[in-house]
Amino acid sequence: MSDTHAQTVAFVRETEIPEAAPPYAATGPVKWMRENLFATPANALLTVVAAYAIYLILAPTLPWILNGVWTANSLAECREILQGATGACFAVLTERWPQLLFGFKYPSELYWRPSLAFVLLFVAVAPVLFFDLPRKLLIFTGLFPFIAYYLIWGGTIFVPILALVGCLGGYAVYQRFVTGSFAAGFFGGIAAALLIWYIGGLLIPDGASENAMLTPVPSRDLGGFMLNMMLGVTCVSLSIPIGIALALGRQSSMPLIKVVCVVFIEFIRGVPLITLLFVASVMLSYFFPPESTVDLFLRVVIMITMFSAAYIAEVIRGGLAALPKGQYEAADSLGLDYPQAMRLIILPQALKISIPGIVNVAVGLFKDTVLVSVISMFDLLGMIRGPILASTEWNGVYWELLGFASLLFFVVCYGISQYSQWLERRLATDHR
Amino acid sequence: MTTLTDPPRESFRLSMLINDTRYRSLTFQAIALLVLIIAFAYLTNNLLTNLAAAGLNIAYDFLGSPAGYDINQTLVEYDSQSTHARAAVVGILNTLLVAFLACITATVFGVIAGVLRLSNNWLVSKLMAFYVEIFRNIPVLIWIIIIFTIMTAVLPGPREFRGDNPTSTMLLDLFAFTNRGIYIPAPVWGPGSMVVVATFIASVIGVIAYRRYATNLLYATGRLLPMGWPSLAIFFVPTILMFYIMGRPIGLDVPELRGFNFQGGIKVGGPLIALWFALSVYTGAFIAENVRAGIQAVSKGQTEAASALGLRPGRVMNLVVLPQALRVIIPPLISQYLNITKNSSLAIAVGYADITATLGGITLNQTGRAIECVLLLMLFYLTISLSISAIMNVYNNSVKLKER
Repeated sequence: MSDTHAQTVAFVRETEIPEAAPPYAATGPVKWMRENLFATPANALLTVVAAYAIYLILAPTLPWILNGVWTANSLAECREILQGATGACFAVLTERWPQLLFGFKYPSELYWRPSLAFVLLFVAVAPVLFFDLPRKLLIFTGLFPFIAYYLIWGGTIFVPILALVGCLGGYAVYQRFVTGSFAAGFFGGIAAALLIWYIGGLLIPDGASENAMLTPVPSRDLGGFMLNMMLGVTCVSLSIPIGIALALGRQSSMPLIKVVCVVFIEFIRGVPLITLLFVASVMLSYFFPPESTVDLFLRVVIMITMFSAAYIAEVIRGGLAALPKGQYEAADSLGLDYPQAMRLIILPQALKISIPGIVNVAVGLFKDTVLVSVISMFDLLGMIRGPILASTEWNGVYWELLGFASLLFFVVCYGISQYSQWLERRLATDHR
Repeated sequence: MTTLTDPPRESFRLSMLINDTRYRSLTFQAIALLVLIIAFAYLTNNLLTNLAAAGLNIAYDFLGSPAGYDINQTLVEYDSQSTHARAAVVGILNTLLVAFLACITATVFGVIAGVLRLSNNWLVSKLMAFYVEIFRNIPVLIWIIIIFTIMTAVLPGPREFRGDNPTSTMLLDLFAFTNRGIYIPAPVWGPGSMVVVATFIASVIGVIAYRRYATNLLYATGRLLPMGWPSLAIFFVPTILMFYIMGRPIGLDVPELRGFNFQGGIKVGGPLIALWFALSVYTGAFIAENVRAGIQAVSKGQTEAASALGLRPGRVMNLVVLPQALRVIIPPLISQYLNITKNSSLAIAVGYADITATLGGITLNQTGRAIECVLLLMLFYLTISLSISAIMNVYNNSVKLKER
């Protein structure tokens, strides 16, 4: 065999054959489509069905959005401009923009105040959300509630200053006594703050609000998306410390404290938020001293805070339960007392585990703030369903308005959940 | 938690109340009890003062007086002369009805979306991810209102079904989608229909008995009986046979246009549909995530081990993956059911007469009995929640891994 061939070789390749391109169907987009869209006949059918579903969704909505009218003064004018063609009437958003954001009673010359507070909110929240920023910014975060209160409600500047002084005084007392005993520092701080507020309250002159630098705005004039943001931010930030306290109380070895916390948490979690809002709107005022007038906003804040505190407590309890028992024992064996062990060893780890859960509760709570429209507060949804859709100009522009509200909530909630996933990756200190 | 060794016995001093761990917790609890009592006393005192000032008292006798308002969708007898208590019962039944319906459909949506999100098909999994994100991140109240708006503003009025060349037609000549509600055919039970129903129930029992027999036979002898087609046959054939033997006793009362509106059939009101559908798609998105997490929680080794034992893919799913995934899926699923029940209270926004709308809405406004109504409302929801979590605890204990 070899004889004949050895003699008759006409050509011997001396270089390697250049690499041929892979077959057409095994590379690039075709390969990707074969693997991901048309792997099996059933899969291909699924793709076709899905593509048809997407077509069904996009076919009417896309021209509707692209054809939208952005400047008009009423729905009738919109229809004139469109002349029968499909198209959205986004003019309602531009025309009613301030109402959607601030409600219909907030004085229009004062819109800069809540807007400024909104911008400052990002500055204040940034150092809490991103650890790489300079820690000094946290001072501004501490000041922000007082600034925001002053900007949104206006009135005399003495109120926020007094509140701030009370907090600072309480903090100073806490720092002074906490080295001795946590309880002494904590309760001493609260007592000092209350004392300062009480004395200061007597000092503020009665008519201070009338001729103040910033015109006072009553709470019932707040509305629009501003109200949702305010309720969401306030209630979440207030409910985290309360939730931690409830979670620790539920784990406590003292039967009385434990029972109180369990009853509170289970009761709040067992009823829908709307009944709690009913409590805020029709029932809670019976429990305040007869001559006091606590406005609806504050009552709603109290009830929503209680609501979210109960849920956050359950999340944190999960975090506490997930910690290995060795951590508790190690803290004990170091000779730390209960507050020290909690502050230095247990809570930092437990809170880290509970971050996704807390963010879930925060997102849920922010979505639930639209429920206040049911007790006739004019938040974003209340504005849409009430003054705007009921007006003669814009009667019937459902989809633009509801779509706008959905988009706003989607952006905020999706943003928060993406942040929480980033934070989880960031805080992952275990090796995998 | 902390006591290490018994300290030497010494006589009791007052400072031990603070410094001795044995007594400190008692001190704290005593203080807490005191604070609690003072707080309650203060609140009760305020309440009594305020009630006295408003000339009110706490009494529940208003429940016995005539309600004086109509409810458009009721499951039991009710008219405007019925009592407030009866209106509350109507509300409770309506709450339970919409919660029950929404639980079923939300599970269906959630399971489909959760499984499809894990699909190898890129388009389908992205579409399902889109569904989940869009519905999870927008408040359910907005969804309820959007769907209610579709029901009332987009669907045609009954008038458009009229004439020789109507702009709208009934689906399959059986269902009419109008802006006053959806009309579906109602079954008419003729003489002898009970025999058909009895046959149907008997065949359901027959299917269960056959499957149990086949399983026992498999475990006892290793012989594998076919499961699929005999079950289907037992399920359908006797009922259909009996239906024709008895001379088709069950008919349909199809809704038809008479006068200004549809008559006959069953009318399902727009608010109910809006609430039902919105709760289903919204909660379905959450359930989809639970289902996905549950399936992903079963490690790949389990599937591979099952395949290595020679099981077919269907059996791998049924015998290995699902039992383990369900252990993860069911507890959050039940708490989603709880959420549906609580979210059904949003019915008040679209005018569906659930317990919040009757007792907490109209009754409260008519009688002015705010405290009593809200308390009864809370009591109802609390009862539901606590019973569902009791069921959940029983289930959790029954599927708990038996460890040594």
